[in-house]
Amino acid sequence: MNSSAPPSTLPGIPPATSPGATPLITARDLHLAFGLTEALRGVDLTIRSGEILAIMGPSGSGKSTLLHILAGVLVPDRGSVVYNGQRISTMNEAERARLRLAEFGFVFQFGQLLPDLSALDNVSIPLLLGGMSRREALARSEELLGSFGLSSCKDKRPPQLSGGQAQRVALARALVAGPRVLFADEPTGSLDSLSSEQVMEMLAATVRGFGVTLVVVTHDARTAAYADREVIVRDGQIRSGFEL
Amino acid sequence: MILLGLLETGSAYGYDLKHRYDRLFGLRKRLAFGQIYATLARLMRDNCIEELAAEAGHGPERRRYHITDTGLRRVESWLFTPDIPHENLQSNLFAKTVIALLIDDDAERLLDGQRHAHLERMRQLTSEKRGADFATAALCDHALFHLEADLRWIDLISARLRDLRESIER
Repeated sequence: MNSSAPPSTLPGIPPATSPGATPLITARDLHLAFGLTEALRGVDLTIRSGEILAIMGPSGSGKSTLLHILAGVLVPDRGSVVYNGQRISTMNEAERARLRLAEFGFVFQFGQLLPDLSALDNVSIPLLLGGMSRREALARSEELLGSFGLSSCKDKRPPQLSGGQAQRVALARALVAGPRVLFADEPTGSLDSLSSEQVMEMLAATVRGFGVTLVVVTHDARTAAYADREVIVRDGQIRSGFEL
Repeated sequence: MILLGLLETGSAYGYDLKHRYDRLFGLRKRLAFGQIYATLARLMRDNCIEELAAEAGHGPERRRYHITDTGLRRVESWLFTPDIPHENLQSNLFAKTVIALLIDDDAERLLDGQRHAHLERMRQLTSEKRGADFATAALCDHALFHLEADLRWIDLISARLRDLRESIER
């Protein structure tokens, strides 16, 4: 079913045996307003280490806002987010940036690859930002691209890639530094069914293989079907009675 | 019709037909031998298949079946007659939603529960696809797309419950 196999090694992360039951991220009573619009109105959510969680809900429900708060991109007006014992919601911007760089990876709907850089250079960015030498960063990135079946694309720039290839390059970039948590916002939103399946097979196999926690915002049920569970955000609240 | 279609690929024993059917279509429910032979008897009666000369062997006598011209025409007609689209697949859920609104119960919770059940089933099918042969994966995809269509309806109605309530209370 896959166009290529998931990587056998992920830099910096030892292979995991099984998802843990330990809470990795705990959000309590999250509120955030943009002007008069209340995007979140008291969200509680616990994310366990190694699980794949889908955040679903209609457009404008607050699901992307929730993802950005969990990832320390946005700061809530009220409430707390604790990641691995560290209270993200009270960190300053520099501390959150350091945490994101060291611990988190991100994938967005349109990949957000830098259009003037090759696929290989795009993937190596997080390693270079982390202080790794260019030579080593390129070697690691090339290895990861190879394990994602993208060796032939390494010198291509994003406009020369298909949608599915670009999204897999974005996935490699998100994973190359060995994050503990991967945040994905509509990662298959711009792809056709076949490319979506290839991206999600690769994403799910990779994060499960290495115990990376995946939090994925999606309106696509077929993407959510790769998750261990889902929560539904509606009107800024988690409305489903199935939050565990 | 499926057995007749399988026979168009070549004459076969009932035993082989059963195993071929089960491999291609029996993901959820395998055919019983009784069903196979009852269907073959009916197809014989309707002149869609004929029995080739019985072959003697070490075990019991085995009967090999062959499709007739009538059977070929029947398969042709079946293949190229579009199925009637099932437009009422959600009738029970629709009815439950309407009743919940009429008795002022929690229709949103009902739909959330159904969404959860659908996603759980989609999770199982997605898992079954992994490592499966292509025919099984295609069958799972068929089911997945139907469940996804149901979910789109659930999402739409969840967002428009107020409109539905106003409509049915008129």
